[in-house]
Parts: sequence; C-alpha cells; structure tokens
Amino acid sequence: MSPSPRPFSLGPLVLIAAVVGVGAAAFAYTAGWFSPQRLTPDKIVDALAPPGGPALGHRRNHAKGICFTGLFEANGAGTALSKAMVFTKGQYPVLGRFNLATPSPGVADATVRVRGLGLEISTPDGQQWRSATIDAPFFPVATPQAFYELLTASGSKEPDAMKNFAAAHPEIGNFGAWAKSAPWTGSYAEERFNSINSFVFVDGAGTEHVARWSLVPAAQPVAVPPEELAKRGPDFLEQEIVERVGSGPQRWTLVVTLANPGDPTADPSKAWPDDRPTTAVGTLTVQKIEAEADGPCRDVNFDPTVLPAGIRTSDDPFPAARSAAYAKSFDRRTAEADDYPRTSTGAKP
Amino acid sequence: MSQAMTGTPHRFSPGQRVLHWLIAIAIIAMLFIGVGMASTITPIHLVLISWHKPLGIAILLLALLRLVLRLRHGAPALPADLPEPMKLAAHLSHFAFYLLMIGMPLIGWGMLSAAGYPIVLFGGMQLPAILPQSDGLHALLWDAHFYLAFVFFALILLHVAAALFHALVRRDGVFQTMAPGPTHDKAAPAE
Repeated sequence: MSPSPRPFSLGPLVLIAAVVGVGAAAFAYTAGWFSPQRLTPDKIVDALAPPGGPALGHRRNHAKGICFTGLFEANGAGTALSKAMVFTKGQYPVLGRFNLATPSPGVADATVRVRGLGLEISTPDGQQWRSATIDAPFFPVATPQAFYELLTASGSKEPDAMKNFAAAHPEIGNFGAWAKSAPWTGSYAEERFNSINSFVFVDGAGTEHVARWSLVPAAQPVAVPPEELAKRGPDFLEQEIVERVGSGPQRWTLVVTLANPGDPTADPSKAWPDDRPTTAVGTLTVQKIEAEADGPCRDVNFDPTVLPAGIRTSDDPFPAARSAAYAKSFDRRTAEADDYPRTSTGAKP
Repeated sequence: MSQAMTGTPHRFSPGQRVLHWLIAIAIIAMLFIGVGMASTITPIHLVLISWHKPLGIAILLLALLRLVLRLRHGAPALPADLPEPMKLAAHLSHFAFYLLMIGMPLIGWGMLSAAGYPIVLFGGMQLPAILPQSDGLHALLWDAHFYLAFVFFALILLHVAAALFHALVRRDGVFQTMAPGPTHDKAAPAE
C-alpha cells in the first residue's frame, strides 16, 4: 500500500473539482440561490413590512395585540370528528392573543378592518393545537402566490398596481365587498373568528373529515359605525376587553363545519355553502387579559400547523405558507427583543 | 483517543465503517432537507420539516454510538509520509465533524425548546424541551443552527475532496481505511 511514484496526471484533480463543484451547485440549487422567482418565507415577510420598515421586535403581521388566558371546555361531541384529546370531554388550559391585522403595532384600533384571535390549547397528553383565526369569513385571495402579489401591489407606487391585481384575481372583490358592508363592533368579545383554512380531522376509526371551524361569540354583536369607533381612543379595543373580562369571563362556542364532497377545500377565498353540517364541540372561556410586552403570548408563534394527532393539514396550501412565514417572523423578532423591551423583569406577582 | 487495542488497526472496524456511510447519507440528506425547507412556502415545506426532526435525532443517536466506537477502537494511523499540515487538518476536521454531528441536532432541539414549540417526531411522539422558553436563546441557537449548516456542508465538501485526493492522487491507503466492503488486508489483526 506504499505510495508509488506515478506520472503527474490532471485527470484525478479535474474529477475531484467536478465532484465538489456539482455538490456545491446542487446544494445552492436546493437552497434556491439559482431560483430568484421562488417564493421564500423571507420574501413574504419582507413584503408585509409597512413603508417605513418593520416594527422591530414585533410580529411582522397582526403586530398589535393583547394576551389572554383561559380554558377550553370540550363537550365531547368532537370525538366523532377527531381522535385528538382536545375534543374529549374536559377542560384544557388556553393561551391566546386578540390582535389586529396590521404590521404596525402603534396604529389606532379603529383603522384596522380585520381582527384576529390566536389560540393555543394544551392537553395533558403533551399535545397542542395552535391556530390563528380572523373575523373575516374568507380570505382575500386563493393562493399564497396571489397573497404575495397582493402585498406587492398594495405597496407599489404604480398607480394601476391594485387595479391590475384585482383584474388578475377577481376573488378579491368578495373580500372588498365584505370589508365595505360587514358591521364593525366595539369589542373583541363580539367578534366571530374563523379558521379560514380547511384542515383534515381524523376520527378514532381513521375516517377523515375536511373541516373549517369558527369561534362564535356568546356576546351579542352590536354594530358601531367606524366613524364612531374613530372617536374612541387609539387602544379602545384593548381597554374594552380588559374591562369586560375584568367584570366577567367571555365565551365563544367552537363550531366545526364539515365540507361536502366537491367543496372548495383548497381555496380559502371561497366560503362553503351555509347548509354544511356543523358541530359545536366546546366552549372557549377567556378569563384573564395581560399586556403583550410582559404577557404569556408574547413569545408564542400561533403557527396553524402545530396540530395534535387527529388533525392535519388539508389540500389548502395556506397553512404551510403561513407556518413558513410565521416562523420567519418569529426568528426575526426574537432576535430583536431589545427593540421591544419588557416593561418589568418578569418579577410581577 | 485511546489505542486500547494492541497495535494500530489498518482500517476502521466494520461497525465504524457502516456507521460512517450511514451517517454520511443521513447528514447529506439532512443538509439538503434543511436548506430546501427554509427556502420555500409550498406544502413541501411541512413535509421536509417533518423529516428533518426525526432524522436529526437519528443522526444524534448514531453519532453518539460512533463516538463510543471511536473511543474504543481508535482510528488507523495516517501514512507516515503525509505532510504535517495535512495530518493536522485531518485531525482537526475529524474533531469538527464530531462536534457538528452531535452539536447540530442538540442545537436544533434546543432551538425548538427555546421557541416553545412542541417537538413532534412522528406519529404524535414528542420529545421534552431541553431548554426553557427564551427569545434570546432562540435567536442565538437559530443563528448557530443556520450558519453551522453551511460550515458543515463546506467541511463535507473538503472531506470528500481530501478522501478522493487520497484515493486517486496519493493512493496511500487512507481512503481504504473507511471504504465500504470486506477487509482484504490480512495485516489487520485488530479486526
């Protein structure tokens, strides 16, 4: 095995260079470095930023919010739909966040059309169900690519950008109509929050049910014109929910709606017909409100793909895209924590 | 590294060789899965993440086993005529490989723990958190996981180039110490 002197040959060195070069190129290709058109989590998150740049340390969207804790009380009816423990009759702790669909945490509450609710339900088997719901009944666009184009168009200086976008994505008209006509309310507690995306519920027998769900408020919604809301303080929603929950817990019924065969399960811009079967599976009770800066929801990513065994993603492409973008937002904001200081050092009683 | 066995082996033991090639395939797949999943928002993103976590834990366990075998069986000596800087590079790179093989899965596990994510492997099987939830720790570990992945891949390319250099240019038997296949060398009493 001792090395024997050989005439110098370029061949092996060329081969080695080729192996290393092909390996590096394949890696770069997989990472998307040769694919500038690939829609990456970074692109989505960058596109969410307002004109002045993102609010450092905050979520890149739904940036204004307030934490809550409480309970989910399952009534047991959901066990017919999913084997997840969260549907077994019982009480499970909940952490959540009321929020506004804006990248700017400092805006006045009355200026934001879409309101959201992030939820994390934990069960004793160690599993979690996280979701992020909004009060709109459907999404403005049909695909993540279209959502990116919407962000780009709405941030564009081209005068016709939005008109061109609407021409290419007519489904946004439905959302525009909802935004114009749906009543505003003066409280998070009066909002119905919807999953928007569909998920697959798997029951104990292995049967799959494609479902969307909603949190239907116990409080009676009272319509308030936006001009009236604009006269209230910039944080009136947060002040209102603090007072309201302070005087008594607030409740929502969790209602699961099943798709019929042929329903648009992959397209969150299309509502399903009203006659689809629904099941009330339990009650969300919000018991305590805490400011976000020091609150328990601050460092929680309400990633809608954190699901218990018994619920999984469907053919709807949004949860994967949301998961990728939420994680990017989380990665960035946790690195910027100094820009969003905690008001205490956690020594609160 | 102990040389508890009598004399220096001519090849790595069969167990070490099997583990080397198994781990090599797993790590290369892991790095491609990692950069792939970080680059896309399509549903393949979720599929790749669901592979990334159990594969990472598998690599951690295999690498720990490999470390035990390395400490027990040692490694064949490098050729006496190999220039000292190349010997040093070989030893340092092997040390770096062990650090990365064991460190990267732990960093990833710690990163998910610090983020407060449930750490789901498959079929609902979960790992416990190994760190408290912390935005600062998460940011630190995320950076480490990200940048070390590229260091890891660069080290693998260097390792492949060096292995081929031994096999094709120097032809000094170093490649054969880790090559797959049965042992032909009768002068390897350690096996």
